[in-house]
Amino acid sequence: MSRIQESVIIRTVVRIMVPFIELFALYVIMHGSSGPGGGFQGGVIFGAAIILYAMIYGIAEGKKKMSDALDKILASTGLTIYAGTGLLCLFFGGMFLQYGAVPLLPDNPAKVAALLIDLVEIGIGTTVAAVMISLFFDVSPPESEEGELPGYEGVD
Amino acid sequence: MIWVLDITMLLFLVVCAIAAISIKDLLSAVIILSGYSLIMAIVWVEMHSVDVGFTEAAVGAGITTVLFIATLARTEGRSED
Repeated sequence: MSRIQESVIIRTVVRIMVPFIELFALYVIMHGSSGPGGGFQGGVIFGAAIILYAMIYGIAEGKKKMSDALDKILASTGLTIYAGTGLLCLFFGGMFLQYGAVPLLPDNPAKVAALLIDLVEIGIGTTVAAVMISLFFDVSPPESEEGELPGYEGVD
Repeated sequence: MIWVLDITMLLFLVVCAIAAISIKDLLSAVIILSGYSLIMAIVWVEMHSVDVGFTEAAVGAGITTVLFIATLARTEGRSED
């Protein structure tokens, strides 16, 4: 465990900040259709919150919150939501991701489109967050030498 | 468009880019690259491209830096050339 990870201030701030970062990520995902942001950015921010937690509390602790199996499940679930929404439009006689074809509310197709766009954004966000977290877990060093940055100490 | 701000930001951008490729310590290079991304995000927003600036700030300054540093912890940390 490195010196940074033992700092009470950093541990406390991270513990308090992570839920708010995740809430902001959900806000960015849900407002992707009406403002800046979207599934990709929200997913990256959500992944960054978990990565921040794993960086400070240790990779093992992070993997308790987000195991490899859960990563795989979430990554494929998001892809299924995205493709499923597109195929739903195909099923009702439209083109791929042609939201207006779905006869959910026949008198208000714009509302259906807004709903399905949000669904697609949720799918993208889920996949991106899971892939970002698994990328970090894959490249991060094993627990024993974590935070050491070999070759950096004694450079200057 | 505020042209004084634009010129300053673009100058910073060039300085950061040259510093990132010429510095020998790779950890410093990664941090400078993160600063490059942050300035680039400001330039994007300044050019009224909020979405791209958002992505640049989240991916370029956030995730990429973390991934680079995590990779650096497994390698030597100094460039030979």
